[in-house]
Amino acid sequence: MMGDLLTVRGLTLATPDKVLVEDLSFSIAPGERFGLIGESGSGKSLTSLAVTGLLEPSIRPAGSITLAGEEIIGAPEKRLVRMRGDAVATVFQEPLTALDPLMPLGRQIAGPVRRRLKRKGQDAGRAAVAREVQTLLEQVRLPEPERLIRSYPHEVSGGQRQRVAIAMALACQPRLLIADEPTTALDVTTQAEIVRLITALVEDLGIALLFISHDLAVVGQVAERVMVMRDGRSIETGPAQQVLTRPEDSYTRSLVAAARRFDQALEGQP
Amino acid sequence: MSAESTELPPRRRRGNATFWLGLILVGVIVLAGIVSFFWTPYALSDMAGGRLEAPSAAHWAGTDRLGRDLFTQLMIGARIALIVGCGAVAIGAVIGVATGILAAFATRFLDDALAAFFDILIAFPTLLIAMLVVAAREEASLGTAILALGIGLSPIVGRITRILTKQVLGQDYITAARVSGTSWGAIVYWHILPNIVPFLGVNLALQFGLAVMAEASLSYLGLGAPPPNASWGRMLQEAQGTVYTAPWGAVLPGLALFALVIGINLLADGLRDRFDPARRDG
Repeated sequence: MMGDLLTVRGLTLATPDKVLVEDLSFSIAPGERFGLIGESGSGKSLTSLAVTGLLEPSIRPAGSITLAGEEIIGAPEKRLVRMRGDAVATVFQEPLTALDPLMPLGRQIAGPVRRRLKRKGQDAGRAAVAREVQTLLEQVRLPEPERLIRSYPHEVSGGQRQRVAIAMALACQPRLLIADEPTTALDVTTQAEIVRLITALVEDLGIALLFISHDLAVVGQVAERVMVMRDGRSIETGPAQQVLTRPEDSYTRSLVAAARRFDQALEGQP
Repeated sequence: MSAESTELPPRRRRGNATFWLGLILVGVIVLAGIVSFFWTPYALSDMAGGRLEAPSAAHWAGTDRLGRDLFTQLMIGARIALIVGCGAVAIGAVIGVATGILAAFATRFLDDALAAFFDILIAFPTLLIAMLVVAAREEASLGTAILALGIGLSPIVGRITRILTKQVLGQDYITAARVSGTSWGAIVYWHILPNIVPFLGVNLALQFGLAVMAEASLSYLGLGAPPPNASWGRMLQEAQGTVYTAPWGAVLPGLALFALVIGINLLADGLRDRFDPARRDG
């Protein structure tokens, strides 16, 4: 357990009148790709917010979250600001709202780049930042970077926006990347590209991945290990291959069966 | 760009028309105000004309009871209206934006207290606040009027800033910025201010109009810039007794006031339509 990048133990999230996540425990090793599966409202996104210390004040966390050796729950805001970006970065579901509508895309990527360079005490001048932005745009395979850095979010396609959001997250050079339903707002072909891109990038850069989705097929493609959540509780945890092909829990079985029926319906089989 | 122009052509045209009309109205008044520093047809206190003359080639806007040229007074009035409007809006914006953002970030108790404070101040007539400030300073001067109106406007700006900031704070890109380790100061500067300014700007233009009118009211009540400064409000007051015999004395400053206020509003509307690159709600 000592070597783990993220360790969540007995995490319970509750508002004064409702328990939202109960007694959740899991861990992610450095460089590991971990999938969190569940229907909407199962507490997946809340869990990811808790990991970054961004819960609303009305939600009380209990238990323990250790990220890169530091306790998140109860940590002062100042320490959290330093950890965000350095230890963890997030890609959100809807790239249109996750990007500032009034800021050119290039400047949005440059922000975290500059912060990282300053924090590490490296040259954070205009040229150095521009070079890094250029590299990031190539890494997420965006065409026409010259035009793109001057564009506003509404001027580019959904897939391109999500690539920019990924570039912003990578700009922090985090050790853990949280991808919270990063493909849900995209069309199917774009989804596949983004999933491949995220998988390839975290593998190349040795970043651990917490991939959150309700889509079993997508999680199966990305994750090495998965956890299935329902109503704020963990139902089943294990290697992706095993959980998604030979599920032990009845709820997971019904999820897998439903996904299979859906696929068959799409392919026109009875 | 192409996506933008195919999206909403009718609104764009309308935006252009209001923009140009506003620019012309405001432009003429600004020009008159600037020229008044270097040249006016007559000196302000020059009682060269006859009493209450109608507009003519010698006196383009006629003369007042003392035979002073009204066009000269209108030009100097334009200068004063613009100085008061800009000054009051600047003071109101600095106080209002600062307290509004503070309220949006504050804990529940301070937020509620500030919101209630804004509401109480707004319910309090701006003119009355201005009169209290003038009374406290024990003299009526242009500076006092500007300060008074600025303070009077600040709670309106504060309340709008608070609401706009809360709206922006709820957006995903703020969470995204926080997740990547941006400090609150940087978030305010880079994300919140740019995103509230397009909406705030239109409102500030409205406040500019209100400030100009409030200054006219203060001057009308004798609490504005003291003579010999010719403010449009004082011109209205002086023309009061002769409005039936020499209506131009009241009509012209009234029209000037109207043109400036409506022009500023049209200009702000047009500017927002032109320069808001997102235009999120279409």
